[in-house]
Amino acid sequence: MINKVCGSALESMRDIPDGATMLVGGFSGAGVPEALISALLEHGATDLTVVHNNAGNAEQGVARLLAAGRVRKVICSFPRSWESHIFENLYRAGKVELECVPQGTLAERLRAGGSGLGGIFTPAGYGTELAQGKETRMIGNTGYVFEHALRGDFSLVKAHRADRWGNLQYRMTARNFGPVMCMAAKTTIVEVDEVVPLGMLDPESIVTSGGFVQKVINLKKELQ
Amino acid sequence: MNDWQPVSREHIARRVALDVFPGALVNLGIGMPERVGNYFASTDEIIVHTENGIVGSGPIVEGSLQDFDLINAGRKTVGLLPGGHFVDHVDSFALVRGGHLDITILGAFQVSSSGDLANWSTGEAATLPSPGGAMDLVVGATEVFVMMNLFGKNKEARLVKQCTLPLTGAQVVKRLYTDFAVFDLSETTPIVSDLAPGVTLNELSRRLNMRLQPSPKGIGTYC
Repeated sequence: MINKVCGSALESMRDIPDGATMLVGGFSGAGVPEALISALLEHGATDLTVVHNNAGNAEQGVARLLAAGRVRKVICSFPRSWESHIFENLYRAGKVELECVPQGTLAERLRAGGSGLGGIFTPAGYGTELAQGKETRMIGNTGYVFEHALRGDFSLVKAHRADRWGNLQYRMTARNFGPVMCMAAKTTIVEVDEVVPLGMLDPESIVTSGGFVQKVINLKKELQ
Repeated sequence: MNDWQPVSREHIARRVALDVFPGALVNLGIGMPERVGNYFASTDEIIVHTENGIVGSGPIVEGSLQDFDLINAGRKTVGLLPGGHFVDHVDSFALVRGGHLDITILGAFQVSSSGDLANWSTGEAATLPSPGGAMDLVVGATEVFVMMNLFGKNKEARLVKQCTLPLTGAQVVKRLYTDFAVFDLSETTPIVSDLAPGVTLNELSRRLNMRLQPSPKGIGTYC
């Protein structure tokens, strides 16, 4: 019997080494896997590269990893966000690296990584500072920038419902980077509000196939 | 500039909304552009796209209607129109870059007379460079509208012959809505279609140090 539901969030972190590249879902608080981030802090892995849309807000989400000194590098599209002071202070002190990526390019680099492609040519950023040093090509009359595929060692994602195969449904805008980050990591760990019996998720409405998911944490059970 | 009365932000938003056609798929940027949605007539069925995955966003909601899983790109809680739905980030930006988005409305630090846009980096090490979705939006949307104050804190013009700040995209801005005038931008001289009360084309041209021409349809009073 396939059962991807893990006993505890901490147990699901067991294999994460120092120096790992972590894909972390969420956008401005919606879809941020806070329980998995707490477990990662407890687990203790450090020197991490974190791929996330922002660079953390207030004392939440990725900002907690930054504040604890666990992050070597952030790859994101929008670090200058609401209450992003923890990242800003570390960045100005030279204590964290930043790779700034246009948001659509970030999504598409992950999609390429998750679907076996080497990279993508995108018109976004062509002719700007963010294209400096990168391969470019004219296709028709449009200039494109080559962007390498992006893969993670682990993905931490928040979804709404799962079954024991790891099939997922999301809740409104908490979906955001979840589906593509599930695709793009060797090991994808998902926290969900609820695990339902196999066969209970409408097959037409499963957003992420369990084929992309390795471990599921049931938040309902974690809270008990 | 003391003799000129700037047009309020609400008036600018109302003016932009007049140029959004019924049924358009539109992305509203964070800040000033978010207000434009307040002036769409519900019968026009203008579909608001947010980069974080709403297609058919409703207006900003507060109080008991708030759900922090239903936010726009600026983290404001919003509603969902009938027919509204959610997409993930890959599909959201496929809508953007793939030519499916009719109009994107953005803020700016600087715009050039030929439509270059600078809105992601001040070029200073102290401020974090943050492109977000802007570089995708300006290459993908059929039309790029920008809303900004025409002059900065030190009264410097922000519509310039050449941007001094790092570009988001080159020759992308089609319409520029400011607190003193509305411009059509292209490779040639900027065309002025609206002027705030008391503002003359000659004086505006002098203060911007830039040639301007009136719209062939005439200049409207902007208020």
